[in-house]
Amino acid sequence: MTFLSYLISGISLGSVYALIALGYTMVYGIAKMLNFAHGDVIMIGGFVVFTAVSSMNTSAPIAIVCGIIACVVLGVAIEKIAYKPLRNATPLAVLITAIGVSYFLQNLALIIFGSAAKNFPDILKLEDLQLAEGLTVTGEAVVTILITIVIMIVLTLFINYTKIGTAMQAVSEDRGAAQLMGVNVNTTISITFAIGSALAAVASVLLCASYPLLSPYTGAMPGIKAFTAAVFGGIGSIPGAMIGGILLGVIENLSKAYISTELSDAIVFGVLIIVLIVKPTGILGKKMNEKV
Amino acid sequence: MKTLNTMNKTSKNNFITYGIVLAIFIFCAVYIETDMATFLFKGLMVPICVNVILAVSLNLTVGILGELSLGHAGFMCVGAFAGSFFSMMTQETLTSVWIRFPLAFIIGGLSAAFIGLLVGIPVLRLRGDYLAIVTLAFCEIIKNIMNNLYIAKDINGLHFAIGVGAYNEIEFDAASKQVLINGAMGITGTPNDSNYFWGFALIFITLIVILNLVNSRTGRAIMSIRDNRIAAESVGINITKHKLIAFVISAFFAGVAGVLYSHNLSSVIATKFDYNYSILVLVFVVLGGIGSMRGSVIAAIILTALPEFLRDIGNLSDYRMLIYAILLIAMMLINNNDYLHQMTQGVLGKFRLGKKSKKNEQEGVS
Repeated sequence: MTFLSYLISGISLGSVYALIALGYTMVYGIAKMLNFAHGDVIMIGGFVVFTAVSSMNTSAPIAIVCGIIACVVLGVAIEKIAYKPLRNATPLAVLITAIGVSYFLQNLALIIFGSAAKNFPDILKLEDLQLAEGLTVTGEAVVTILITIVIMIVLTLFINYTKIGTAMQAVSEDRGAAQLMGVNVNTTISITFAIGSALAAVASVLLCASYPLLSPYTGAMPGIKAFTAAVFGGIGSIPGAMIGGILLGVIENLSKAYISTELSDAIVFGVLIIVLIVKPTGILGKKMNEKV
Repeated sequence: MKTLNTMNKTSKNNFITYGIVLAIFIFCAVYIETDMATFLFKGLMVPICVNVILAVSLNLTVGILGELSLGHAGFMCVGAFAGSFFSMMTQETLTSVWIRFPLAFIIGGLSAAFIGLLVGIPVLRLRGDYLAIVTLAFCEIIKNIMNNLYIAKDINGLHFAIGVGAYNEIEFDAASKQVLINGAMGITGTPNDSNYFWGFALIFITLIVILNLVNSRTGRAIMSIRDNRIAAESVGINITKHKLIAFVISAFFAGVAGVLYSHNLSSVIATKFDYNYSILVLVFVVLGGIGSMRGSVIAAIILTALPEFLRDIGNLSDYRMLIYAILLIAMMLINNNDYLHQMTQGVLGKFRLGKKSKKNEQEGVS
């Protein structure tokens, strides 16, 4: 029974990773870049919701909507200002810029909010759920899993059955050819960033509901782990990000429970390295042949 | 003067770099030995040397090999702990600092190089973003393990443990127990052997090794991989071997810098060697000019010293990291935009020592 409760909290943590990983994997698939600042967008989203609830006393739904809007604006602004001018630059230049943006957001939050961790208010206000004798799960875990399932279904439908979704697939397949077919590449990339950032905002609320401490470095670790999840599942693949995220959350929670609490990070990153050695393209990744 | 004229351009360039470092060394030596230096100035010498070595060695990976490594602080961490551990073990037997300290450097460097090899063999098959994230993951693993590593010795020998729980289970001979590495508390009591003399000596060694490597056959092979991997492979260059050479040498010197760092402080903790330290070194490399060793030296010196001297002026140190971040983004945007590039060339052209190699790199890859 304890195993089952660890498993469920692992799936809940993994769902948060999966939501963040979706942002990474969509941007990677379409813009062919690693958006290092994605983790820090989560942190900013958390702070916006925190400020809205604690300083302005708004109700939880409005605060969450504010967080989503702020993250979308931020995500699109980052893309327009920092990444768009580098569309034809070397991967190294883009990566360093992304690191610069991440560093910038962290230090901006550090100056505005200070380095002390803040207690995130309990905005979801959920009670623990008793599933069976001796098996209690937190309400947050259940809500996290349910929201993630809904988001994933909606996202899959969106990608496969709408015009914009098809355009996104086309751009990730071949940017030049998509442009020739009349797809507006810049708009498509902006929409991708907007969706990724909106998911990041949702993830930030869910993350802070389960782990209610907020500091400028809150986003960094989940960000890196979610990227690990995206790579684990095969970067560029949306179902891959979902599977990778949930697997990673489960591995992390089970290794915390049964191996060592202190070394759980080392185990998670060890898994990443092993996956990349054995199958460099991840679980569902496609092998890309390089053209000369 | 005649010999200088007959030299080719690269050796002339290298000698200018050595000359700059030598001039700075002589200035510092005179300044410190004549007792004119302030406490702050003396205290800054070793951190500056550490950062210069780190920047030059990271530039080998980023500028010459063309791969982004975000785990440089991890290699430094390995070197720092291995070197400190060695020094503490041999403190009583090897009393001469002239023997013990160089040995500590070699051991720290070799341990870092060994870990670099271990990470490098599988990881260098990956490219670009993957390599960056794996080196970052590796840095976190090292930090995580070092943070939970306990080593203590007693009359029965050495005891190793990972995690507090395992450590508390060990039965020690209480009388002779001596804790060497104490988990999150790190390593304390390393002999304070570092000084500016050792620092500059190591900078010279680092520069000589790396500049000679870059201008050798191996170095040209490494650069050809950076410029066009497929073309390099097709003329028979062993990609993995050359990538590993660059990566391992870079790790070696990061380890050496770690030893220098740890012997400057009375205690070293693993959490100091985090992602942010790796980024800081990357900032030195990018601002100095990717691929330019001289640029790295100058950028590391200025960016380490400047914040300390500006500390009195307002609360500038709060904004330091923010300014670094903006500079990092601005440099990348300017370098990749023809219009901005030309506009700033007149103003910055004289200071941008790494311009040429940067341009070569861009042309080569795109």
